[in-house]
Amino acid sequence: MLSRVADNLYWLARYLERAENLARLVEVNASLMLDLPKALAPGWQPLITITGAEALYAEGTRDTSERAVVHFIVADAKNPGSMVASLAQAREIARTIRDILPREIWEHINELFLYVSEHATEAINKRTRHAFLRRVTLGTQTLTGMLEGIVSEGPALWFMTLGRNIERADMTSRFVDVRAVAMLPVHGSPLRPFATIQWMSVLRSLSGYHMYRLKTRQRVYPAGVVSFLLADDSFPRACVCCLRRAEEVLVHLPNSQSLLRRLSRVRRAVENTRFETLDPDALHGFIDRLQRAVGRTNDDVARTYFRGELTLSRRTATQSQSAG
Amino acid sequence: MAIRWRDYPAEPYFDELIGPGGVPRPGAQAVARHLEKLGSEELAVRQKAAEAAVKGMGITFTVYHEEGGSIDRSWPLDIIPRVIEATEWRRIEAGLRQRAIALNKFIDDIYHDQRIIKAGVFPREYIADSVNFRQQCVGISPPLGIWAHVCGSDLVRGGDGVMYVLEDNLRVPSGVSYMLENRQVIKRVFPELFEENTILPVDDYPSQLYDMLRAIAPPGVEHPEVVVLTPGIFNSAYFEHAYLAQQMGCELVEGRDLAVDDDDCVFMRTIDGWSRVDVIYRRIDDLFLDPEAFRADSSLGVPGLLRAWRAGKVALANAPGAGVADDKLVYTFVPDMIRFYLSEEPILPNVPSYLCADPKQLEFVLANLATLVVKPTNESGGYGMLMGPKSTAAEREEFALLVRANPRNYIAQPVVQISTTPTLIDHTVEPRHVDLRPFILSGSDVHVTTGGLTRVAMRKGSLVVNSSQGGGSKDTWIVDGTN
Repeated sequence: MLSRVADNLYWLARYLERAENLARLVEVNASLMLDLPKALAPGWQPLITITGAEALYAEGTRDTSERAVVHFIVADAKNPGSMVASLAQAREIARTIRDILPREIWEHINELFLYVSEHATEAINKRTRHAFLRRVTLGTQTLTGMLEGIVSEGPALWFMTLGRNIERADMTSRFVDVRAVAMLPVHGSPLRPFATIQWMSVLRSLSGYHMYRLKTRQRVYPAGVVSFLLADDSFPRACVCCLRRAEEVLVHLPNSQSLLRRLSRVRRAVENTRFETLDPDALHGFIDRLQRAVGRTNDDVARTYFRGELTLSRRTATQSQSAG
Repeated sequence: MAIRWRDYPAEPYFDELIGPGGVPRPGAQAVARHLEKLGSEELAVRQKAAEAAVKGMGITFTVYHEEGGSIDRSWPLDIIPRVIEATEWRRIEAGLRQRAIALNKFIDDIYHDQRIIKAGVFPREYIADSVNFRQQCVGISPPLGIWAHVCGSDLVRGGDGVMYVLEDNLRVPSGVSYMLENRQVIKRVFPELFEENTILPVDDYPSQLYDMLRAIAPPGVEHPEVVVLTPGIFNSAYFEHAYLAQQMGCELVEGRDLAVDDDDCVFMRTIDGWSRVDVIYRRIDDLFLDPEAFRADSSLGVPGLLRAWRAGKVALANAPGAGVADDKLVYTFVPDMIRFYLSEEPILPNVPSYLCADPKQLEFVLANLATLVVKPTNESGGYGMLMGPKSTAAEREEFALLVRANPRNYIAQPVVQISTTPTLIDHTVEPRHVDLRPFILSGSDVHVTTGGLTRVAMRKGSLVVNSSQGGGSKDTWIVDGTN
């Protein structure tokens, strides 16, 4: 597979996954705002923090009203991390690699982009929001299903799986970092029932509530949720599960030994952490390190497969000929 | 509204579907009857469905916007098919095959012995002055002696009902993907017609193209690696490049994916390292192909590619230098080439043409600018032309200066009364002018597409069919009328 194409596939999966996570993020914040008393409600500012766009947002406006933030997250083409911008990127990439993926996949991405860019204002209106976001989530999940259902195992699928899991691990850790760390000190206070609601909302935002209950057979409590979302080995949106799946595809790819070594070291560090012992600062520090490790993995992948130095001499030429 | 062919204003042009007195032409009876039965309201509904299909399938072409950006536009497709009866088509096909063979012999001759010049059939100075003649290609013998592997010839039918060749595109002709996609869409729109009629299929083009590309691989390569080389996503035909690569199951590469080593072998950069490439279907113009050999400022090409091709380590389709025959001045000699190389009479006529390079003909052209079409010999896409009957005196004066300053660059033709075919315009059916671009593949044998891409000028009275200038397209049906 061409390096440029592998790069594109990897980012195609990342952008699509990002769009889905943004939909989840808006959806859960909206329902949280309905459940919590006004004084406790976190407002919409945390969404900007989660997406790492504080500086960019501040350039545009100080308005952190629902309308302004949702517009920024979903519909603002000037925000490179917005849902519309992510899908526009995904579509542009899908267009450049139409020759690689089955036609249905291109058509689906194209239609999803057209739908979102034409209906993005529906995310701002409370009455139409749910249906819109649901359609986005379903749209990206359909795509994941199509990849599983109609794309042969091989580099195209592997690089997309890699991209999706790297993006997912990154986004899940952000969800936990911003929502969970801010809520940790609440224990013991009379507001406890509301705290539970917040933790449930974090789980729900990642469609993990049900799986959490099945897995832990416990009520929702802070360290339990943090541990589930970061270290669970089988929930597809949990960081450890994402990292393990990334490792599984790397095994098939050439020259992946050092990448695999580093990635499994990161995964084991998460698996071996006892989250109930961490105070908010320690947890924040831990997640910070985890995010940087995920970022480094991204750079390693790029260096190994997409852009690293590669000389073309007589020797490398004959080698690759005999290998191919 | 009902459609009544008796009232359809086919005159004063030759209409492809409806003959004199509102009677459908041979092969078109079933389609005409069916359209009548549907009525224009139902046709409008189906037109909408077709447009939605085009959008959903992502069939696009790129136009350059004045503000520097490029826009991806939905491909314009009119649902009323353009019909050609199979017997007539077989004759056209034979004519195109004859033409492609003669053109390839001409190019090979020009870069070798120049027999046609020595025989006094083709003037030497016309080659010396050609901007598409490549000195670097002299003496090179590409596999099978083929230079123009893919040719797109533009055909128009005149008021006399005769199909003329207007030009042969031998550099990087595009449009074939739209021919294939149009058929996909129209099958969805008129499934019933495909059940009832014998409409010859078009969809084996990608496999024909792939077979041809494999056939021109350097000798001794058993399983050649074939790739499609594109200038990238901003090229107006990018859709087609990606489409053909996908249909053939080949890599779609850009110049930056390729490199040439010290042994003149071409490699592409893959996740496993460098991997050898044997055949390149290149969709980049000659001059941008290799900054070492041609334009040094080209970032689209591959340094050393021409060297690799000259060494026979890689095959390029079309071969560099093939454009020497893609020149409207050379075009005027194609009938002579057919006689010279094949000892046959041309099956398809050229549009009568005047060479401004010839002093006597130049004087005639300048005296008759108001009735002629004057075309630059090296432009495509309908740019830089003078449409005599529609021009002002000032425009003609300005053009006369241009022609006089560089007569080699112009030819002139009488205005062809290009044929029309029924087209859906705002819920009614009106005649609009059409041309036809079939594609001819030349490898170990010659293959002509079944029909081709029909382009239609959507504005009333307009002859401009180019999609970049408001033209549309149609599915082209070769209908076997014998059953």
